[in-house]
Amino acid sequence: MTTTAALTPPARLPSTVELERRAFRRRQTGRSVLLGFASTLVFAVLVWMFVVNTPGWTQVQQTFFDPAVALKAWPRVFDGLLLNIRVLLFSAVGVLIVSLLIATLRTLRGPVFFPLRALATGYTDLFRGMPLIIVLYLVGFGLPGLDVFPKVPSAVWGTVALILTYSAYVAEVWRAGIEAVHPSQVLAARSLGLSHGKTMVKIVLPQALRKVTPALMNDFVAMQKDVGLISILGAVDAVRAAQIETAATFNFTPYVLAGLLFVLLALPMIRLTDWVTARMRRREQIGGVV
Amino acid sequence: MSGSPAAVPVLRLEGVYKSFQQTDVLRGIDLTVNEHEVVALIGASGSGKSTLLRVINLLERVDDGRVWLQGEDISDPRTKIDAVRARIGVVFQHYNLFPHLSVLDNVTLASRSVHGIPRRAAEKRALELLDAIGLADKARDYPDRLSGGQQQRAAIVRAIATDPELLLLDEVTSALDPELVGEVLDLVRQLKKTGTTIVMATHEMSFARDVADRVAFLDQGSVLELGTPAEVFGSPREERTREFLARIPR
Ligand SMILES: Nc1ncnc2c1ncn2[C@@H]1O[C@H](COP(=O)(O)OP(=O)(O)O)[C@@H](O)[C@H]1O
Ligand SMILES: [Mg+2]
Repeated sequence: MTTTAALTPPARLPSTVELERRAFRRRQTGRSVLLGFASTLVFAVLVWMFVVNTPGWTQVQQTFFDPAVALKAWPRVFDGLLLNIRVLLFSAVGVLIVSLLIATLRTLRGPVFFPLRALATGYTDLFRGMPLIIVLYLVGFGLPGLDVFPKVPSAVWGTVALILTYSAYVAEVWRAGIEAVHPSQVLAARSLGLSHGKTMVKIVLPQALRKVTPALMNDFVAMQKDVGLISILGAVDAVRAAQIETAATFNFTPYVLAGLLFVLLALPMIRLTDWVTARMRRREQIGGVV
Repeated sequence: MSGSPAAVPVLRLEGVYKSFQQTDVLRGIDLTVNEHEVVALIGASGSGKSTLLRVINLLERVDDGRVWLQGEDISDPRTKIDAVRARIGVVFQHYNLFPHLSVLDNVTLASRSVHGIPRRAAEKRALELLDAIGLADKARDYPDRLSGGQQQRAAIVRAIATDPELLLLDEVTSALDPELVGEVLDLVRQLKKTGTTIVMATHEMSFARDVADRVAFLDQGSVLELGTPAEVFGSPREERTREFLARIPR
């Protein structure tokens, strides 16, 4: 209060009520930590009792979690994973381009564009409905069979199949984002004299991108594990490599190894997606309408 | 632009009709706006003020009648719509600025991507304009950092950055908190002083009286009364005008 004019501003002491409340909250926090610790312990014991302590566990452990087998399989499976990553990167770029094209085609108005619009709609209908594995077979074995395309590795056909399927989904994500941009933004742009195309590129798509970033990242995570399916075309990716190793040793540990590698590959993206989503939600709460 | 008295009007509307489905929104509008003139559109909500402004800017196509901009019939279907819009500045009630662009980029967007002005020149001009209204320090900010009044002022600057032949304002203050209205109206006054030709829909009667050269009272899609503010506000001829003015707080 107004005692000596101290060099530091006089700190206001919290009231007794507030002190009591803080003490209560501290006790409360301590209790939560204890509770969390106890429940984790109980959970671990249950896992041990029902999984590790089962009659067949030693058998399972030997066939699925053998460190020696894992070590031996590592080089091959890891090389396979590098192929998966390459396929993933090419697919992601391809999907981004194709999906944007499809989504943009679907927003075109006017009778001239009817065929394009119909084509885009038919495409999304078809490839959203068809299971990826069938697309892989049709593209991976059907298209090379036409004998018009140059001979390329099966991983390339796998990439094409992934792009075809995922572009259909991602195009819908884009379309939702485009439709979520307030119509008055388009009006404002058009009234400045911007053409439909320029309005799309400079005003609508950038705002749509912000709205759909979490959804796009989520689809990327989904694609990250679906690249493993190219193994059915014979491409020696991580899954196929694990299969080869398993056939040699009659031990399933290589599959577990490959699975773990896929999880490790996906984890950063999953965390990043969570972070971006949370950040966008915060921004949404702060920012009002413009 | 010459100020000779025989010059063609900036805007001329003749017998403009517009209907949506069954409702006739504009029923034979005649209006002439001369260079450096400010015309205020007043009238009850739903009387067609916004539709009229959208017709002028070719955001709506007329059902009948003609619209001339500087003597050129822009209601002709052969008109290059984007080119006409580039000559007319518009500010709406809200959602004007692009939230993903900085204030500066908002202001320079049309100059750069429609009028082909190099970035440097466009930004120099934009900063001059922003400086004139005290928003130069907000140039690099995004619109959500600005108050509503600052946003609308930035939107007006964006509309005039390309030196349009005509400026359309549609109730630019009606979405604002009362204490922010003044700064936006002051900017419009400033524009009038520099000779900008303006057609504005407004609910601010004292402002219309103060700034407008002529006032048009719209009633059910027709210009029921047109005259100087003194005539329309001081001694309205029509009963409907008197009723409307009596209901509006001044
Ligand atoms: N796109 C539209 N479709 C159907 N009706 C509309 C549309 N735009 C405006 N109207 C109608 O036209 C009338 C006039 O609207 P408007 O021009 O916005 O009036 P004001 O701006 O004077 O309030 C209203 O009855 C409104 O419902
Ligand atoms: Mg209106």
